[in-house]
Amino acid sequence: MGEVKRKLISTGRGIWREGGLHTLYISPLKALAVDIARNLEIPVREMGLKVRLETRTGDTPASKRQRQRRDPPDILLTTPEQLALLLATADAPYLFSSLKRVVLDELHSLVTSKRGDLLSLGLARLSALAPQMTAIGLSATVAEPDDLRRFLMPQPIEGERLADLVLGQAGAQPHVQILDTDEHLPWAGHSARHALGEIYNLIKTHKTTLVFVNTRSQAEFLFQELWRANDDNLAIALHHGSLDVAQRRRVEHAMAGGKLRAVVCTSSLDLGVDWGDVDLVVNVGAPKGSSRLLQRIGRSNHRLDEPSQAVLVPANRFEVLECRAALDAVAENAQDTPPLRTGALDVLAQHILGRACGEPFFADDVYDEVRAAAPYVALARADFDAALDFVATGGYALKAYERFAKIRQGKDGRWRITHPRVAQAYRMNVGTIVEADMIKVRLVRSRTSGALIPRGGRLLGEVEEYFIETLTPGDTFVFAGEILKYETLVEDEVYVSRSNATDPKVPAYEGGKFPLSTYLAARVRALLAQPEAWRALPDQVREWLEIQEWRSLLPGPRDLLVETFPRATKHYLVCYPFEGRLAHQTLGMLLTRRLERLRMKPLGFVANEYALAVWGLGDLAPRIERGELSLAKLFDEDMLGDDLEEWLAESALMKRTFRTCAIIAGLIARRFPGEEKSRRQLTISTDLVYDVLRKHQPDHLLLRAARADAATGLLDVRRLGEMLSRIKGRIVHKALDHVSPLAVPVLLEIGRETVYGEASDAILAEAADELIKEAMQ
Amino acid sequence: MSALSARVLEIREHRHRIAVAGVSLHADPAGALYWPEHGLLAIADLHLEKGSSFAARGQLLPPYDTAATLERLTQLIALYAPRVLVALGDSFHDGGGPERLSGIDRDAIKALQRGREWIWITGNHDPDPSDGIGGSFHAELHIAPLTFRHLPTGAHGEVCGHLHPAARIAYRGRSVRRRCFAGDERRIVMPAFGTFTGGLNVREAVFCDLFGTLAFTAHMLGDDRLYTFPAKRCLAD
Repeated sequence: MGEVKRKLISTGRGIWREGGLHTLYISPLKALAVDIARNLEIPVREMGLKVRLETRTGDTPASKRQRQRRDPPDILLTTPEQLALLLATADAPYLFSSLKRVVLDELHSLVTSKRGDLLSLGLARLSALAPQMTAIGLSATVAEPDDLRRFLMPQPIEGERLADLVLGQAGAQPHVQILDTDEHLPWAGHSARHALGEIYNLIKTHKTTLVFVNTRSQAEFLFQELWRANDDNLAIALHHGSLDVAQRRRVEHAMAGGKLRAVVCTSSLDLGVDWGDVDLVVNVGAPKGSSRLLQRIGRSNHRLDEPSQAVLVPANRFEVLECRAALDAVAENAQDTPPLRTGALDVLAQHILGRACGEPFFADDVYDEVRAAAPYVALARADFDAALDFVATGGYALKAYERFAKIRQGKDGRWRITHPRVAQAYRMNVGTIVEADMIKVRLVRSRTSGALIPRGGRLLGEVEEYFIETLTPGDTFVFAGEILKYETLVEDEVYVSRSNATDPKVPAYEGGKFPLSTYLAARVRALLAQPEAWRALPDQVREWLEIQEWRSLLPGPRDLLVETFPRATKHYLVCYPFEGRLAHQTLGMLLTRRLERLRMKPLGFVANEYALAVWGLGDLAPRIERGELSLAKLFDEDMLGDDLEEWLAESALMKRTFRTCAIIAGLIARRFPGEEKSRRQLTISTDLVYDVLRKHQPDHLLLRAARADAATGLLDVRRLGEMLSRIKGRIVHKALDHVSPLAVPVLLEIGRETVYGEASDAILAEAADELIKEAMQ
Repeated sequence: MSALSARVLEIREHRHRIAVAGVSLHADPAGALYWPEHGLLAIADLHLEKGSSFAARGQLLPPYDTAATLERLTQLIALYAPRVLVALGDSFHDGGGPERLSGIDRDAIKALQRGREWIWITGNHDPDPSDGIGGSFHAELHIAPLTFRHLPTGAHGEVCGHLHPAARIAYRGRSVRRRCFAGDERRIVMPAFGTFTGGLNVREAVFCDLFGTLAFTAHMLGDDRLYTFPAKRCLAD
């Protein structure tokens, strides 16, 4: 690294000072930044280098952060949010114009989100401040290296510029196998309860095992069940994102110190940080994507020359197919990270405000600078101007807020903030991570009848507010490894007590629910269509598919199979798109709307990762045969037109998406932990803003941003669209007289899975009816 | 049948009746009360110009709330053709609201006032009577046996606003929260009518204090009817 040369640089306030940063290291996790700093300090000290390195995260004390701006270290290790904050100060030219290197760690995990958009804009700004700077990206899992190579370079107006590619030496091929269970393989569910004993034995016969699951509720469940079976008292711990930080740190320390035999965890342990000597990774449930799986497998045996050991434990029959497909993908080292995003407009708005907080700017300059960022290379001038207008006065067609502008164009043509308070609000609101509103969970003693609940028990962690909203006092759920009873809500905390219930209402909070990757979905469909490939499958699964082939049929790799059959008093329509639960839920919403309009009286639907089942009182099969109901028309792409529009107007998922955009763009302020409920009453509900904007200015920037998010986020509309276009003319209908083997798993989800909160009058009417019935008894 | 003619039918059939101090009032799912004997329509907490009030403090909320609120009010007035309109206070979000009104919205208010008596009850957000918005200003209005005022006092025969009542019902794992009327047979608190007005849960202590017990009723606003639940059945937020 050698001696760092220093020179005089303007601070942006007309003061000249000695040089700023030499190297900037940016990581997605602050824990990772701190970890790398620790590991770097050792060689720096041993070699006696005159290099100062420091970290800067949200946890860094304000005094140190201030000092870092005056007297920066040579190397700063930090996060994308902190970079945005530093760029939005007058010190930015001084801090960054001497910059030589930017290192972006775990780049693949950054570029697929809005954090990546923000980082790309920051990078574009850095390139303008320090044209001599070189950006280096690090990643172990990349499907399209060219995407990342473009991300690292300032892009020209035409053509593209790619960073150099350096391929690391490939490690030893991992040893991965699917658990060949002796137990009965479940038809549905995600608990993997059947394989519990086998997982326990794996833990027993290895030194340290990481047990990965997909959701926090699965982690809770598995952890509890493992302890129930833990006759040897093995040290097994739990780690997921909504546990209290102190508890997570304790687990991490115990892990690093080699004190644990196993940790049951979610993606909270997916990335980078080295957690000691793991010799086995167990992945419970569906792998969802081959890159995800490779990343997780890589957590075992960090030495390149030794193969990683991993066991996949499918929780049901469909997951066996998914595991098989993933295994084949891993053998080919096939990656399936999502493609680079188109930059989001709400993030652009945040960046423009940040630019104005840094120094006055000409719109033309910032437009050119922004387009150097790969995600924004195709940004239209009209969209940039709309974002600028939004930042200035809200972007409303009705020009009512000129006098309340946040930024204004001066006589010199430059845009600048109108008041220091604007910069202050920007700093409070920077970043793109918008957490769902969380409520603290506190353990108290159970209420003895009539007595007041004692305050101030132990803090267990946090759950999403919308989950608590569906509970009534007395309901039980699993959290922090225990079965708890919901007692009451006190201000912004939920009080719970230990329960001795054996059948809890399992948490519905869904941290880390990833849809099946498009790539794996295609492999699963191909596997289904190839009977000769079934030899590699367990007997139970092979039989299941053989009976399906005999009783109904198996769809071709590009086809959509639609089955209809009666069961009990209802009639079912089941289709198998294999596009993930989110896209299926959207499809379910839209199909039931269409069926209702056709007076086919649908009653409900349920979706899983592979299939969608819709049911009603009328039999659809004869109407399909008589040509009264055309499946081609029912599944036509035009459902993404008016039907989608109508649903979006009231969809709770869409309103949640809009809220995120409104916060990122700075329309409304974030809520901070500790803010009291009484204050919340004063803040404006974004649902009301959403309704008003839809009605009065449907092309508003924030609605456009929310729509773009709906394409890939909670509604997965884009994937649904791709599927509808793929199956055009390829729908195969099979009328059956009873349920098919392939349909069993999704039907078993009925009653287990509820569609998230499409709260409507229907619920009020049902509740009111129930009340009447109660009263009449 | 259009939503409007359905509403007219309901008015004829007197379906959503709420009795206060022996007076039978018609409760409209838009959040208004109609007293047929006096041709009186009451609405509460319009909070006009709330958007611009936030904008002045740095949150540039859409400037469309006043127009949206007046549009809904126009529909109601067309439906009931009241002789008297009573706005139960907090008609503007702040004292500067009337000044910030756009010309179009000001004209819309004037058009609504034509041919009827228009009474602004003063509220805590808009305590000072304002010029240029027509109507007459009163601290309260007494038409026996009812008293219309902004702040609830708990008195017999009181029709008031201020609290923005809302109720929440959970059923089969889903939860619905709506604005509502909160009342017992002696008095009633009206829901807020304004487009940008939030709601205060009826399980907050202030409601229990007002009614003396939890033995009051929440009439939740549905799309085209009211849903009635005992307050005890409603959940806290």
